[in-house]
Amino acid sequence: MKNRHDQQEKEAVIRIRGLVNGFGGTVLHDHIDLDVHRGEVLGVVGGSGTGKSVLLRSIVGLNRPREGSVEVFGQTTSDDIESAPMRALEMRWGVLFQEGALFSSQTVTENIQVPMREYTSMSQPLMDEIAEMKLAMVGLPCDTGDKYPSELSGGMKKRAGLARALALDPELLFLDEPTSGLDPISANQFDELITRLQQILGLTVFLVTHDIDTLRAVTDRIAVLVNRKLVIGTIAELRQNKDPWIQDYFSGVRGRAALASMDKATEEAR
Amino acid sequence: MTSLENASEPEAWFKLDRDGKQLALGGAWTIAESARLDKELAGLELSRHGSVTIDASKISRLDSAGAWLLLRTRRALGIAKVSDLQLPDLYKPLLESLDQPRESEPHKSRLPPGFRGRLYKIGRTATHTFFQTASMLGYLGRVTVETIEAFAKPKHNLRVAAIIQQVEETGINALPIVGLLSFLIGVVIAYQGITQLRQFGAELYTIDGLGIITLREMGVLMTAIIIAGRSGSAFTAQIGTMRVNQEIDAMQTMGLNTVDTLVLPRMIGLVVALPLLTLYADIMGLIGGAIMCYFNLGVTFPAFLRELQQALHVQTLMVGLIKAPVFAFVIALVGCYEGFQVERNAASVGMLTTRSVVESVFLVIVLDAAFSVMFSVLKI
Repeated sequence: MKNRHDQQEKEAVIRIRGLVNGFGGTVLHDHIDLDVHRGEVLGVVGGSGTGKSVLLRSIVGLNRPREGSVEVFGQTTSDDIESAPMRALEMRWGVLFQEGALFSSQTVTENIQVPMREYTSMSQPLMDEIAEMKLAMVGLPCDTGDKYPSELSGGMKKRAGLARALALDPELLFLDEPTSGLDPISANQFDELITRLQQILGLTVFLVTHDIDTLRAVTDRIAVLVNRKLVIGTIAELRQNKDPWIQDYFSGVRGRAALASMDKATEEAR
Repeated sequence: MTSLENASEPEAWFKLDRDGKQLALGGAWTIAESARLDKELAGLELSRHGSVTIDASKISRLDSAGAWLLLRTRRALGIAKVSDLQLPDLYKPLLESLDQPRESEPHKSRLPPGFRGRLYKIGRTATHTFFQTASMLGYLGRVTVETIEAFAKPKHNLRVAAIIQQVEETGINALPIVGLLSFLIGVVIAYQGITQLRQFGAELYTIDGLGIITLREMGVLMTAIIIAGRSGSAFTAQIGTMRVNQEIDAMQTMGLNTVDTLVLPRMIGLVVALPLLTLYADIMGLIGGAIMCYFNLGVTFPAFLRELQQALHVQTLMVGLIKAPVFAFVIALVGCYEGFQVERNAASVGMLTTRSVVESVFLVIVLDAAFSVMFSVLKI
């Protein structure tokens, strides 16, 4: 399907320049640059402890960088996360955390309605209808809405978290390891869900993942964190890269299996 | 407050043409406009009109909230197909994907309405209380058996280092707060005694009253309540957090006995620490009273001690001290029991910690009253 924002392809929604992050003596990110364009899905991969989640946290302003600038929609995010310009920004993005991060004292419906209640003056019946529609959008049955997060399975928590992230119809979606901890079938379904929502809602997606199947199925471009730098490209470009970690990642046993189906498809097309 | 609703976008609008046959929609139908649109569309009373068509060709932006309103309006008008809406092609996939028939079960509330609901609530609370009491008694039994077993095989089951650590944490570290509060209570009791008894010229008996109240009741009761708030809550929070992190599950799969490793050190530690703390609290309370008596009555410290010696027996002290291990046992039992009841969510630890403190303070006071009844029957 054609993307609805083709005409604005090159507009950078996220712009990172010279970002430096680290804890104590260790440096995680050494002057990295990154542009995420409107309407694209960017996947971020890297070994454990290379700072994928830290990168996401510095973009949404949860982590103040040591150096460099991060702009989202042209607004710098290194301000205090509770300041007024940041709040205006927070209405335009949604974040799905690894475990869903649902508020455990509220039902799923109430969770989805938290941002609506905070930022709009919608009536309760309308919020109920929209919350139910969001549940349908992420593929959860109606009666999930009355349940508490502790009554949900891991996959359902992630879907409910996604429904909450989409509550305000954001333009930009951050996903932190959306398929980790899911069985392969649920992971595939979640990949399809992300692709479908990205297409019908015209979302820009920033995706942190370990899962090579997700990368293949969902992303347009991939940013690999190696040696404290970012290497950016499509899967085909990255497979030509000489870096040992990238070679290992895409050509190791798991990588080959995932990419074999892709190669087969291209050969058949020829 | 920042609000979505002052974003600068072309306003959403809709217009019903003069003969009421066509509804034209336009502008940005987004979540920011949806509250207003919802109200205004309700004012249109669409069901009164006959067949109305929708022209959505002027819509410049549509998100899922706007699409929902559009779908709802369409259903109210009885238009079957999305393709009849003349929506810009860009937004057709969104609308089509949302337009899935969905079996909407009627909202089942967990409580029936009205009087039956109230009865249901009473019944639920009653059975819950009953089962909780039964389960706590079961736990008491289990802990008792395990304690006996531990003392039968002390080398294997008694963790001495852990017990000593608990004595330090619940006893020695509580010395400042217990001492200060007992001292102040002593001052207060002495002051009230002097003021009231002076009316009969019997102010010297303040010292007798102070001694008996402090040793029999106040010292042990205050200490137990402070420790219930300080250590009972800590037990619940520590064990509860371990449950949340699945540490308890890990211990059980390794074959470690949770009563031996977690409950007994806390319980024995507190049973050792609380009587010692009580003795210390008694002394601090008497010192507080002595200082008050010196300033308000002019009774010197040696005279105070002489008066005290006439009023008190060893028995008076023992009556207070004998209650301390019982209170300690109850506080530790409730604290640990509630810790094991924690479920794997964030609210649970806080809720059960509160419950553990309330229950142990309640039980301490009830037991104290029971002791009073028992002593009066035994004429001690």
